[in-house]
Amino acid sequence: MVWITSMGLAVGLTMIVFLLGMIVYNGLEVFWPKPVVRLELKEGSTAGVNNAPAFGGEIVKTQAKAVQALAADGSPLPSQREYQLFVGNKDVYGFGYKFIDNAKIVSESRPPGVVVAERLEYGNAIFIPKQFTLADGSTVAADDSGFQSTFERLVKAGNERRAEIRRIERDQIGDLNRKFDSIRLARRAIEARGGEPTPADREKLAEFDATTTALQAEYEMLAAKARELRALQDANHIVYTTLDGAERTLPTGDLIGFYHPNTLSLPQKAGLFTHRFWSFLSREPREANTEGGIFPAIFGTFVMTLLMSMAVTPFGVLAAIYLREYAKQGVFVRSVRIAVNNLAGVPSIVFGVFGLGFLVYFMGGTIDRLFYSLSLPTPTFGTGGVLWASLTLALMTVPVVIVATEEALSAVSRGTREGSLACGASKWQTIQSIVLPASLPGILTGLILAMARGAGEVAPLMLVGVVKLAPTLPLDTIYPFVHFERKFMHLGFHIYDLGFQSPDSEAAKPMVFATTFLLILLVVCLNLGAILIRNYLRKKYRSSTF
Amino acid sequence: MPAANTMPDLRAIRPPEQSTPSSGPADAAPTSFDPAYIKIRDFNFFYGTNKVLHDLTLDIAERHVTAFIGPSGCGKSTLLRNLNRMNDLVDGIRHLGDILVNGHSIYDPLLEVIALRKRIGMVFQKSNPFPKSVYENVVYSLRVAGRSRKSELDEVVERSLRGAALWDEVKDRLSDSAFSLSGGQMQRLCIARAIANRPEILLMDEPCSALDPLATAKIEELIHDLKREFTIVIVTHNMQQAARVSDHTAFFYLGKLIEYADTKLIFTNPSNPQTEAYVSGRFG
Repeated sequence: MVWITSMGLAVGLTMIVFLLGMIVYNGLEVFWPKPVVRLELKEGSTAGVNNAPAFGGEIVKTQAKAVQALAADGSPLPSQREYQLFVGNKDVYGFGYKFIDNAKIVSESRPPGVVVAERLEYGNAIFIPKQFTLADGSTVAADDSGFQSTFERLVKAGNERRAEIRRIERDQIGDLNRKFDSIRLARRAIEARGGEPTPADREKLAEFDATTTALQAEYEMLAAKARELRALQDANHIVYTTLDGAERTLPTGDLIGFYHPNTLSLPQKAGLFTHRFWSFLSREPREANTEGGIFPAIFGTFVMTLLMSMAVTPFGVLAAIYLREYAKQGVFVRSVRIAVNNLAGVPSIVFGVFGLGFLVYFMGGTIDRLFYSLSLPTPTFGTGGVLWASLTLALMTVPVVIVATEEALSAVSRGTREGSLACGASKWQTIQSIVLPASLPGILTGLILAMARGAGEVAPLMLVGVVKLAPTLPLDTIYPFVHFERKFMHLGFHIYDLGFQSPDSEAAKPMVFATTFLLILLVVCLNLGAILIRNYLRKKYRSSTF
Repeated sequence: MPAANTMPDLRAIRPPEQSTPSSGPADAAPTSFDPAYIKIRDFNFFYGTNKVLHDLTLDIAERHVTAFIGPSGCGKSTLLRNLNRMNDLVDGIRHLGDILVNGHSIYDPLLEVIALRKRIGMVFQKSNPFPKSVYENVVYSLRVAGRSRKSELDEVVERSLRGAALWDEVKDRLSDSAFSLSGGQMQRLCIARAIANRPEILLMDEPCSALDPLATAKIEELIHDLKREFTIVIVTHNMQQAARVSDHTAFFYLGKLIEYADTKLIFTNPSNPQTEAYVSGRFG
């Protein structure tokens, strides 16, 4: 018997370790710089790109061919393996990945001069640089001594300018937009009152007009500045040849970063790995989420899970206290308890539909009618948002908290309760100052389970507020700082979106692994935090032993 | 939520600062000591339909130690737990007869049970410190009564811990968890907690049954000191202990009061053969 039971554990553990190992490996491998190979193809082969005799890229994987490769005379070729290559240069080729039969390759080389450059659009470019054409008409050739430093300088300047443009467009123009909006609403409030405008109203309207004009002027100025900067982004160009020999020209403002994949030392690779991993964590997504980082998704998941915990804990704990401490134990309470337990088994999408119908449409709609009637028909709370998503998940996970809290409450010994009552404490005082602190570790266990379930849930969120790309975060520095009504991004949904809704699934695959890895990491971190608090409390309230 | 700490009756009868016992005429009772502080009159007690206490009538003297002895299941703990109505927590209980504390029925519907318990401290068989610091354990009864003046609490902590002969051992670790104390210390902490709010009566339900002989000796000594201030009722299985600490002893058997007399008398010259058999160790 011991063998069967231990085998059960072993199988489970193996599967978990394998799954985690695979995710961690694949998730991290994405950021490790790979060498770029140049492949010479057989004479007349059309297996490459643009019928060129050679091409190249990063080897993503090697595998046996699923269908036997045949020579022209019908006999099987000596090599039955194929490479999957990341060829980059999607703007030239129209695709990013390519399979190539080993049998069609004459030779492989790793040219030292190859550059991999991250770009704003069309993913990475893989090329051999030729020269820079600068704004003043001068050129810097690739074999000039100053080429490398020019390259670095131009990319750095481009990045700084891009940040500046972003600051102007997002922060300053965004600020103007908010002002425009508040004026619009104030104007509407006056119009909505109807009737003849009073002198005070007229005065206000005139003031609005004046402000609008001033703002408009400010806007024009900022927009002009942004246009100017944008033009500068396109002033310098890099001329390069791709590995198949085609020549291209690209404005340097499009480049985000570059590296020489074939001449990197190990520390350089490690540094690049860290840099790319950090960019992934801290940047915003680009190119239909297949490029860039996932910071908004991490942040959205975090905020949503926190809000959910804040909602579910008091709700579940109060319900459990009533069930365990106050309600008269009997058939009714027993059936309530069974119903609560069964609630944990309801499919999550059902909660999503409930959240959409009740929370979003009914409650959100009511809030909009009462407090945001001026912005109608544009909904404020009457559409999915981080608040409704959190509450939906809180509803979904409340049974877990109730069950765990009830267990914890019933574990507080009768002797301890009697001790408190004998001191002249009322029932509520006993619960509040003795029973609840002693059962806090157990309550936290319930919360940990709830968080683990809530953070990984996707289906209901798709109905109540998660979006593919959210322009703003639910928490920021703009008053009132917490924006409960905003839509948000979520790691779980991000995985689904990347893996199954993306226009280029091959390009998205590494991102799926990396995102999955981060989702697991985030859940582990949240749980670890809760576990640490629990252990601290356990130590503090360690039960007595003689 | 503030405690319902209205305690109209008991306070009116005996304000805390009044230290002399009221010497009302004792009811004529078969077993009575003067001055009788707790009067149990024709008390019957039921768990559901099961009658566990039968027509008990006895008086408990003020500032004396009264021991309840008897074999397991004889109802001595049940009686003790009725004195502060701790049995109210059990479903399906019922009583007949009455218990008077200082002349007033504890079952008076006008009397709040919380107010009653504030006047009657209790120490349990298994020490049950709260998951709080030593300090907070002691001042708990004051906190729930809404008293939180720091100077008062500090004073109460020192007085109570000294009263429980624990002060010297824990004065440097008042903010430590109560669970860091030893078993004997924990029990003395529970005693300190029980006397912190200056109750009139101290109920002790086998306070030493989980302790080693040394700790037991300390607590017995403590009981001696405490009886100068409190009326103590102690339930014990240990007859030597009853003989050592108590002034009066009541012997119960199967829910009936068999004999109640001066402790010396019970242990040297019991008038009832069952008592004699029990105290001499022939049964029970």
